[in-house]
Amino acid sequence: MNINYTAEELAFRDEVRAFLDDKLPADIAEKVKGLRKLSKEDHQRWQKILSAQGWYATHWPAEHGGVEWSAVQKHIWDEESCRYGVPRTIPFGVNMVAPVIIKFGNEQQKQQYLPRILSGEDWWCQGYSEPGAGSDLASLKTRAVRDGDHYIVNGQKTWTTLGQHADMIFCLVRTNTEVKAQEGISFLLIDMNTPGITVRPIITLDGEHEVNEVFFEDVKVPLANLVGEEDKGWTYAKYLLTYERTGLAGIGLSKAALGHLKSLASRRLKHGRPLIEDTGFSQRIAQVEIDLMAAAISNLRIIASVEGGGVPGAESSMLKVRGTEIRQTINDLARRAIGPYAIPFIEEELALDFDGDYLSDEYAAPLSAHYFNNRKLSIFGGSNEIQKNIVSKMILGL
Amino acid sequence: MDFKLSEEQQMLQDTVARLVRGEYTFEKRLQFSATEAGFSEDFWKQLGELGLTAVPFAEELGGFGGTGVEVQAVMTELGRGLCLEPYLQSIILGGGLIEQAGNDQQKQQWLPGVASGELQVAVGLQEPQSYYDLNEVATRAEQTAAGYTLNGRKAVVIGGHNAGLLVVSARTSGDVRDTAGISLFAIDPNAEGVERRVYPTIDGAKGCDVILNNVTVPADALLGSEGQAGDIIEYQAGRAIAALCAEAVGVMETTTELTLDYLKTRKQFGVPIGRFQVLQHRMVDMMSELEQARSMAILAASVANQAQGDERRRTLAAAKNVIGRAGQFISENAIQSHGGIGMTWEYNFAHYAKRLITINHQLGDDDVHLERYAALMQAS
Repeated sequence: MNINYTAEELAFRDEVRAFLDDKLPADIAEKVKGLRKLSKEDHQRWQKILSAQGWYATHWPAEHGGVEWSAVQKHIWDEESCRYGVPRTIPFGVNMVAPVIIKFGNEQQKQQYLPRILSGEDWWCQGYSEPGAGSDLASLKTRAVRDGDHYIVNGQKTWTTLGQHADMIFCLVRTNTEVKAQEGISFLLIDMNTPGITVRPIITLDGEHEVNEVFFEDVKVPLANLVGEEDKGWTYAKYLLTYERTGLAGIGLSKAALGHLKSLASRRLKHGRPLIEDTGFSQRIAQVEIDLMAAAISNLRIIASVEGGGVPGAESSMLKVRGTEIRQTINDLARRAIGPYAIPFIEEELALDFDGDYLSDEYAAPLSAHYFNNRKLSIFGGSNEIQKNIVSKMILGL
Repeated sequence: MDFKLSEEQQMLQDTVARLVRGEYTFEKRLQFSATEAGFSEDFWKQLGELGLTAVPFAEELGGFGGTGVEVQAVMTELGRGLCLEPYLQSIILGGGLIEQAGNDQQKQQWLPGVASGELQVAVGLQEPQSYYDLNEVATRAEQTAAGYTLNGRKAVVIGGHNAGLLVVSARTSGDVRDTAGISLFAIDPNAEGVERRVYPTIDGAKGCDVILNNVTVPADALLGSEGQAGDIIEYQAGRAIAALCAEAVGVMETTTELTLDYLKTRKQFGVPIGRFQVLQHRMVDMMSELEQARSMAILAASVANQAQGDERRRTLAAAKNVIGRAGQFISENAIQSHGGIGMTWEYNFAHYAKRLITINHQLGDDDVHLERYAALMQAS
């Protein structure tokens, strides 16, 4: 039993810190820490820096240009990058479709797509959810029908995160209606510039344009864009979801958010004293800090078991629930900390280039919107209720 | 980073587990609880013979020099079996106080007996008015020509009814809540002026309030130096908190296993009740609480024997807070999941629930530890 990092792991952490000290652009880190939205250009600029370092593809084997970090190294990277204000990696290309292509795609697909993901040439988005298929994903209805050397795709996808920027979308489509729902699904790679595709923004409750609806009307997709076998897409989709679930607990992000909350509570006043010295408020912060401490150790235990040859199973589902609840609590406290200034909703102050006079403070402006935005945490990546179903079935055998 | 027990630690845990499984059936526990001692003197003897009572003591005192992790291994298994023996009181707390506060002669006098299980120690640190603040000591020890005279009352001394030695805190100087001026005394429970009001406890053990009425003790009953015990008490209470956390995890493990089993076997509306999603999710929430508790018990064990400092204080307060809340959550939801049967005396599960709630009342509940943590919280 030794819950500390080894000397090699500490050396790796130093290497990560040195890289971030040296290469992370200050303006980007500032936006991340200030809870500002990043532009497509911001994301691409940072991705190029990461790629140049060889640290972009953390889930890939080396032969395709991945960096083969151990579970502990990935964890260290995650912790440090959250602490530094590194932009979150847009996962759809590098961490979601790429592992599927690597495992189930053919040679030609690997050569065509992987280098472009690594270089940032292609921006990917995810076509899973549909208006009638959320938690019950297998009930999806978007149809792909063979027509010569093409599929003709018709239907609608939704909650397509950052689809407005995307060059490519990976989609689950129905290719067989005669069999059980799960057995008639295929995994297609579709060029977003194909005629018949329409992207419509969905404005979320915080006024942001992050997600979209994507409509397909007689969209012609070459048969060569089918990954693996027809009707076997559900298997690939599930494989992808295991990648999606890792890291959804967001321990590093919660630590960063907690630091932000404490500094906020040190600057706001109640009865003329810093809010963090108020008994009630400091105990609320203390409680979430304690819960985060426990979740962080639980996370490390999962990481250590993976490192020791174990498989992260439904334990990560349990941690996803716990971790997202913690982050939402922190967001809640941050909103509370600014008191009445949680009420004004001044969108100009949230803009990337705002340099005017803040009504309250720079740090106060986005807090309410951020709180509402992060209600998504317990919904996406498999809602927390779905995660509990998974634990109930896989661990408890109920 | 490695969360696995070493081979020796695993062997230790397996030894305790085997012993508990073999000797500590639920029916026997009810019998042990009903005896005058309130636990099994045979089982206690076996713990001693196997060297398990000696685990945390230094080698020169007949021990194994075990740290928090070894204690965790033992306590978790004692928790799984809902054992009544005074391991926490006598070995961890009583032995720990004597080992840290006592002079060489005192250690030689008492610790070999404690480590072998032959001498049972009970510890009186709380008082009727002190709540969970161990610095609040109104009991006074006045120096006399021959030694000291003690007057006061120590509250809820678990195991005090049949201990061979009582270790109590008493004030030799200062005001009632001062850290300085607290001293520790080792007293004979049968000395004149010691009155014990004995009672059963809600979790099936026995304890007493100890009333000290002009109890005269010799000078060498003072453990170590006069007035210096405050820090020692805090440190040893910290070790005991880590041990309690480990025990609680063992209790929670059995509680959740019993509950899960019940969900799979109890049928209503023609199906096992575990088929109902509302009960499934409640069970998942209980398991999730157990995982958090397990993580914190590990963390607590890792700092239990570390040098004192705010890092250790924070970790132990955090651990006891998590364990207290998890224990109550699991206890209440397990009773609810069991329905009527969970309310009965003859079904084993309910006794686990009572132990979990009781642990929250030992050495500070989750509210007290949250307050402690908040006071020590770092600004960023």
